[in-house]
Order: sequence, then structure tokens, then C-alpha cells
Amino acid sequence: MSVPFILFFTCSAIAVLGALLLIIAREPIHSALALILVMVSLAVLYLLLGAEFIAAVQIIVYAGAVMVLFVFVIMLLNAGVEQRTNYSKLAKFAGVPLGLFLLLEVGHWMWRSAIGSTIANGPGALSQTSISTPDLSKLLFHDYLFPFEATSILILIAILGALVLAKRGE
Amino acid sequence: MNVVPISYYLVLSAVLFGMGAIGFIFKRNIITIYMAIELMLNAVNLAFVSFARAHNQLDGLVFVFFVIVVAAAEAAVGLAIVITIANNRRSLNVEDVNLLKF
Repeated sequence: MSVPFILFFTCSAIAVLGALLLIIAREPIHSALALILVMVSLAVLYLLLGAEFIAAVQIIVYAGAVMVLFVFVIMLLNAGVEQRTNYSKLAKFAGVPLGLFLLLEVGHWMWRSAIGSTIANGPGALSQTSISTPDLSKLLFHDYLFPFEATSILILIAILGALVLAKRGE
Repeated sequence: MNVVPISYYLVLSAVLFGMGAIGFIFKRNIITIYMAIELMLNAVNLAFVSFARAHNQLDGLVFVFFVIVVAAAEAAVGLAIVITIANNRRSLNVEDVNLLKF
């Protein structure tokens, strides 16, 4: 067992544990904290894959901004223990088998796919261990310039939408 | 070279996506359902980065960037909707929000 393997198995165990906690927890705030755990361990996995920029964005935007928004709303609405209702029959008898089937099938095909057998550092790997951020920025600001500008309009619309929705109705 | 195979990352991504889907079906709190959706988005991001690594191309990382941007915008609008629902219904339970239910 080398260091990357130990790091991978530790982080993936933490991520799966956090996802399990998210489902099991009855208080929304516990679910939010479990989701932060998942996001931080995923950021470590991105570092392990050599994507430093994405790891930084994951921490700053997801674990920082988005989850702060979630925790803020949970505090604001004073969300208590989730009410236990009689689950709908559809969720119980169709949801669980279908969910497990989805999990197994996606896992199976990802495991079996041709790309699954490639090693990260195999013949077709990048020359350096990390993906360079300057190359990424060249791609983002040159080839993907129009989508990038479109996202700024998207965010503007999202801000306006949030303002209109959160405004008290007259 | 003891590097973790890409398939390990993909299986982890599949497991996280499946758990997000199960959480989406089973949770009754609007905010928690939202968090299950975020978990699924994160799982897809992990698959994107793994495939970008395997194919030796940077485009996958650009897609992850866009997914994160859209998720942030979605969280802003979605949580505003949650606040409006909580103000109108005095409840966060999805079963109380049944105006469009057949």
C-alpha cells in the first residue's frame, strides 16, 4: 500500500460515511455538516487526481459559499427534527429497489468500461503529475469564452430571481 | 508507479450518486432533499475529473467549473424558493406542499 492508495481509501471512506450520515440524520443541520465532510474529502480526491484548481474551487465555492447559504437558511427557518410521516408506498416499494439497481448498474458499467482499466499514470497520462492551471485558464478564456460569459448572465438572473422571490409579497 | 486506478474513482462516484438518489427519494425535508441533489452533483463532478484525467484532456475540468457555477446559482434561487414556501406553509415537509398534486 502506497501513500496515494491509503489517501484514496481514507478519503473515500470518509465521503461514503458522510453520504450515509446525510441520509440517516434527522436534523437538517447534521445533514449539512455531513455534506461538508463529503465535499472536503472530495476536494482531497481532486488533489490526488492532480486537479488543483478544481480542488480550490470545490473548497471555496461549495464548502464555503453554498454550504454557508444552506446552514444560514437552516438557522433562519429554525428547521427542527424532520417529521416522520408514513412514507408513500411508491417510495418504499419502487424507490429502494430502483435506487439500489441504479447504484449497482452505474457501478458495474463504470467498473467494466474500457477506460476503467486505464491507470492514471499509464501510457496516455499527462506529462506532469498535476494539471496546469495556466492551460486550464487558456482553455476557459479562449475556447470556452462564450459559455463563460453566458454563466455571468446566468448568475445575474439568479441574483434577480432570488431577490424577487425573497421579497415580501405585498 | 502506484497510482490509484481511475475505475476506483468512478465506482466511488457511482456509490455517491446512488446514495444521493436514495436520499432524494426518502428525505421529507425540503432542505435535506436539496442537499441530496448537491451530493449527486458532486458525484458527477468526481466522474468528470476522473474521465478528464483518464483521457488526458482539460475539457472535463472546464465542465466541472460550469457545473459548480450552475449549482451555486441554483442554490441561491432554490433556497429563496424554500424560504417562500416556509413562509407560506409554515412547514418544511414536502408532503405539505401538495398544490400541484393530482
